[in-house]
Amino acid sequence: MKPQTHPTLPEFDYIKPESLAEASQFLALHPDEARPFLGGTDIFVRMRDGFLVPKFLVDVKHLDGTDAIRFDPLVGLTIGAAVNMNRVIASPEVQKYYPLLAEACRSVASYQLRTRATIAGNLCNASPAGDTIGACLVLDGKLQIHGTACPRLETLSEFFLGPGKTTLKPGDIVTAVSLPVPPGGSAGTYLKLGRNKLSDLSIVGVTVLGSPAPSLPSGFRFRIALSSVAPIPLIAAEAEAALAEQAITSGSIHAAACLASEASTPIDDVRGSARYRKQMVRNLTEMALNQVWQKLQRQDAGR
Amino acid sequence: MAFHEISLTVNGSLEQVRVPSNLTLMRLLRESLALTGTKNGCSAGECGACTVLLNGEPVNSCMVLAVECDGAEVITVEGLASDGQLNPVQAAMMQAGGVQCGFCTPGMLISARALLDRNPDPGEDEISEALVGNLCRCTGYIRILESIKEAAKLQATRA
Ligand SMILES: Cc1cc2nc3c(=O)[nH]c(=O)nc-3n(C[C@H](O)[C@H](O)[C@H](O)COP(=O)(O)OP(=O)(O)OC[C@H]3O[C@@H](n4cnc5c(N)ncnc54)[C@H](O)[C@@H]3O)c2cc1C
Ligand code: FES
Ligand code: FES
Repeated sequence: MKPQTHPTLPEFDYIKPESLAEASQFLALHPDEARPFLGGTDIFVRMRDGFLVPKFLVDVKHLDGTDAIRFDPLVGLTIGAAVNMNRVIASPEVQKYYPLLAEACRSVASYQLRTRATIAGNLCNASPAGDTIGACLVLDGKLQIHGTACPRLETLSEFFLGPGKTTLKPGDIVTAVSLPVPPGGSAGTYLKLGRNKLSDLSIVGVTVLGSPAPSLPSGFRFRIALSSVAPIPLIAAEAEAALAEQAITSGSIHAAACLASEASTPIDDVRGSARYRKQMVRNLTEMALNQVWQKLQRQDAGR
Repeated sequence: MAFHEISLTVNGSLEQVRVPSNLTLMRLLRESLALTGTKNGCSAGECGACTVLLNGEPVNSCMVLAVECDGAEVITVEGLASDGQLNPVQAAMMQAGGVQCGFCTPGMLISARALLDRNPDPGEDEISEALVGNLCRCTGYIRILESIKEAAKLQATRA
């Protein structure tokens, strides 16, 4: 059983650096003792539960432009690491060009938690259940990272190594999440199966983004990301490839959903058994693909 | 452990306090400033009983460090009424009978206030969605939802 959460956080020193350079340096100097944080909604819980006892918490909000959200019709969207999820949801550009991301954010916890929770924190936490990870993956997200060497860009699909494990090294600070402009005419959905309708972590999550792609045999490209069914957030590559190759029909959608289910390697836990999860991957992927396919056809008819 | 001198505005009055790094905003309010309207239900961001407005936006005060609030403006349930007049969300909550034991009420009122600030005329779904993070063990929620619809009307007539 989970230990009783305690109102008191364990002792630590709060550090508020003046610049990214200072923050990276401090973190690199204290690799095992210091951790960066944004909203704290993951890290405080783990500290209260006794799983994590950092000596220093380094506040990386308010640093050099991390608080801005910007859209450029050529480059796409840049979400500063400190931008909270409610701000992402409320952004007119996100609603217009990235409705899938807004939908994913809306499924996280509650309004008041989202005043603090960030997408960057969700990604860095690297939980296979992270609700915004699928949308960022299918939208081809990249992370802007400030470290002790030069700033760098990292592709999100190569970022996750295991539960809670990423390619980040001591001193690395994610400063922004960037998403290119989605392909024209694309449509998406995020289906989250939780123990209740709202606010719980997912038992299984399926994110689908579809877009017209005349160069492909099927004429459409589908991106599929699965959460809570493998040690890392999973891209269902075989299912995606199958949908690129054959005409989109209810049969090919069903076959792709089966491939997604086969790719998943879920575990038994308090939220659901592995067997149930595998079946739900198939059902939810089929449902999500059908929904997106219908949206794409409606858009086509409306043209 | 490090201590920090911070100043913040709580319900309109400036407070200067010395806080340890690990003190949460919730404990600062309840234990140092004696504002016990803000409740501690879970200390884990789940129940919403500790919800307050931080720079106008609702947060779980158990999930915010006091030191992060240097220079901030905080409104708790004690700060909702003004000039002896109950805030519309409070008046409507009484009228509709949305209170039983009352433990969830301060957090409910703050979430309701925040909702009406961003949308003065919310629909039923928007009200439910805004209250996802506020648990109530007593009322079954119906009267709380009713009270927020009433609060929106009351607020419109007062304006
Ligand atoms: C009650 C409750 C309900 C929740 N419900 C959901 C839910 O429904 N869905 C969901 O996906 N999550 C949920 N969460 C988890 C959490 O809220 C999210 O993962 C959130 O997005 C984390 O963001 P944060 O800014 O608070 O992260 P933080 O806690 O600040 O950080 C998370 C991790 O990332 C690291 N980190 C933070 N910032 C950086 C940076 N800039 N560079 C490098 N590393 C960094 C930290 O060291 C830490 O390990 C819930 C949490 C709570 C308490
Ligand atoms: S006490 Fe803060 S959410 Fe429950
Ligand atoms: S009235 Fe008792 S918890 Fe809501």
